[in-house]
Amino acid sequence: MTSSAEPARALEMRGIGKRFGATVALAEVDFDLARGEVHALLGENGAGKSTLVKILSGALKPDRGEMWFSGWPYHPADPLQGRREGVSMIYQELNLAPHLSVEENVFLGREDRRAGFLLRRESRRLVAETLAFLGHPEISLDLPVRKLSVGARQVVEISRAILDRSRVLVMDEPTSSLTREDTERLFAVIRKLRDDGVSIIYISHFLEEVQAVADRYTVLRDGRRVGTGRIAEATLDDLIQLMVGRKMTDLFPRLAHPRGEPVLRLEGVQGVRMAAPVSLELRRGEILGLAGLIGAGRTETLRTVFGLDRMSHGRLEVGGRPAGPGLPWRRIAAGVGLLSEDRQGEGLALGRTLTDNITLSRFGPYRRRPFLSLRRRRQAAAGWVERLKIKARGPDQRVAALSGGNQQKVALARLLHQEADILLLDEPTRGIDVQSKSQVYTWMAESAARGKAIVFVSSYFPELLGVCDRIAVFHRGRCAGVRPSAEWTDESLMAASMTGKA
Amino acid sequence: MKRPAKISSLLNLLAPFLGLILVLVLFSALPEVQSRFLRWANIKAVATQSVIVALGALGMTVIIISGGIDLSAASSIALSSVIVAYAVNAGVPPGLAILLGVLTGGAVGLVNGTLITRLRLVPFIITLGMMGIARGLAKWMANNQKIDAPLTWVNELMAKSPHPSWLVVAPGVWLMAGLALAMAVVLRYTVFGRHVFAIGSNEATARLCGVRTSRAKVAIYTLSGLFCGLAGVMEFSRLTVGDPTVAVGLELDIIAAVVIGGGSLSGGEGSILGSMVGVFIMSFLRNGCTMMGWPNYVQEIIIGVIIVAAVSLDQVRHRRAAS
Repeated sequence: MTSSAEPARALEMRGIGKRFGATVALAEVDFDLARGEVHALLGENGAGKSTLVKILSGALKPDRGEMWFSGWPYHPADPLQGRREGVSMIYQELNLAPHLSVEENVFLGREDRRAGFLLRRESRRLVAETLAFLGHPEISLDLPVRKLSVGARQVVEISRAILDRSRVLVMDEPTSSLTREDTERLFAVIRKLRDDGVSIIYISHFLEEVQAVADRYTVLRDGRRVGTGRIAEATLDDLIQLMVGRKMTDLFPRLAHPRGEPVLRLEGVQGVRMAAPVSLELRRGEILGLAGLIGAGRTETLRTVFGLDRMSHGRLEVGGRPAGPGLPWRRIAAGVGLLSEDRQGEGLALGRTLTDNITLSRFGPYRRRPFLSLRRRRQAAAGWVERLKIKARGPDQRVAALSGGNQQKVALARLLHQEADILLLDEPTRGIDVQSKSQVYTWMAESAARGKAIVFVSSYFPELLGVCDRIAVFHRGRCAGVRPSAEWTDESLMAASMTGKA
Repeated sequence: MKRPAKISSLLNLLAPFLGLILVLVLFSALPEVQSRFLRWANIKAVATQSVIVALGALGMTVIIISGGIDLSAASSIALSSVIVAYAVNAGVPPGLAILLGVLTGGAVGLVNGTLITRLRLVPFIITLGMMGIARGLAKWMANNQKIDAPLTWVNELMAKSPHPSWLVVAPGVWLMAGLALAMAVVLRYTVFGRHVFAIGSNEATARLCGVRTSRAKVAIYTLSGLFCGLAGVMEFSRLTVGDPTVAVGLELDIIAAVVIGGGSLSGGEGSILGSMVGVFIMSFLRNGCTMMGWPNYVQEIIIGVIIVAAVSLDQVRHRRAAS
């Protein structure tokens, strides 16, 4: 596989340019990747990262520029050819067949066969060896992939790339849905691959992670390379400054928001998908953070409060009154809004326009019995597009065409338009760029200052510490403790999330 | 190449009609039929023949936009036509008989919608079951034969030459046009209409946004059932008998019309205008082929090709619009 004759450079891209219509996605970008290095590709949403890796994988053709792979000219016609040449993509949305087993997935499309019959013994041995090499021998070969955790699925996908003899792996936001623990294990896998001579392009918005795992970085901004260097020689501030083009001194705005009367009270509330009863209280003008590992029951708690999951036990008060049967439309009527963690699957109707998505939860203002005033509805949506600086062609564009950060803003615009008083935000900053994140924090602080109450679920502790008044830690479905943010640190939140002892 | 904005917007406006125009131009160019094809009498006949499928397609469009499907539409039409014949035969006043027929369709739809939401089964399964149930009920009601009924004004609804001659076309055609317009308005300018699109595009999102999805779905299937009921009335009007074996396989014509007109079986897309164009593409094709004296199988092949071509063209258009 690896021969010493291979040049130190795994990959070289020179003067890559790509435009879509009038927009320049990439302009004269140079990028090189050494053998056996982890190279972080950084930049805001829309900076050109995905265009660059799509060109690399063969999914897009560059308008200009040259590429060399291991010293040879490289012009992949499509992702399949790119893969054959040794470039594999590990996508954010994993490419696995959920009903097939681990082994079947790894060998999908290139099954060993003789006269049409599968030769399983050899492929089983290879998969088992690869999983063991990656430090995950516990993953069962026969388990359907849908029964695996997201972290384990990622390992399966990586195994597939390794068995394809890939020399370059592109990982796009690989940790966005991983727990901290799984992230650490993924890093161990990445280091192992690197030591084996594989080069990894690592795309992430989590700069702390990048610092932990990457050797070098390249920052793109507006389709140009604005910086590259050794990660050890750059501070977090340097990287952020390169990405946004200005200094981000105050990522977390602090606005005074006096606390008022309780607006949401959970007494021993347990939903059908919750492991244990939860008691919490939220006051007007307060931001309450819910920390914990993925699967700790935070999402389930929000969904039960919002009526998406049935409540089996306990007492729920919304706005000082006992809440009736849990149905989302009743909660919305009572002034509650939920931002789903699953933006694409649940949060947004991707095939519909911005206008439809923003106004769907409140048509009231546009009703002209028995009709709707489409013009006024569109105007209102256009107003939100402008206020939240959503980058779109207009309110009639389909949401599917927007970048992740802008999609998230559409989902937020809906909550704002809905004029909800109690906001349940489930991972509102996942997968969006630093600048958009900063806007979300500002918006949360302003909303709280205007007397709204916010529950903020996040797996990224620094933002909880930066934004929240109080933080509750969840562990295995139980609320392990609630304290003012000042009494928590990144480390104590982590410890409480892992052990359940606050 | 960038086309001037005016031309491209004109093309977009015409896009739904392109298939229909193509069919009309094609047949008008054939010397064997051109003298008769685009004649007023023929257009009138085609319009009348389209009424039943069109009424079914109005409801089916709403269902398909919401991400569902109704395989029981044709059975429901047959059942309703039998009920009307039964009622007229039993001396029920024609107006009431019509109402009964429409309500029969509505009831079938109500049951469909209720079962789909309560049992949480996919519409395909529920309506596949209902396809058999409604057809069986119709045959049972009619004792497995045609029900003759005395002629009443109900039969004039589908008359080729309408009774007060100032109507120009059959009352059924006017009804079809009026209801199509009404449904287009409902889909675009009412909360219900926006909810239908939202449910079809992403049901989870709709629920999250407070749309009462179960209630909306029951309404959608009931509404569509009412249209099938009305189509059943028209079927009776046309045949002057209640025939429980009528319209077998018609649900596929109805679905084809919606799909040719841009309806997406995965939901969230479709339009009344498109579906109506789809209905007329199929009607004119049938009519033209018959005039040419081409055998039935030629029509079937052509319509099959049209379905595939129309849907793939539509996809190309979408992809271009998206990029």
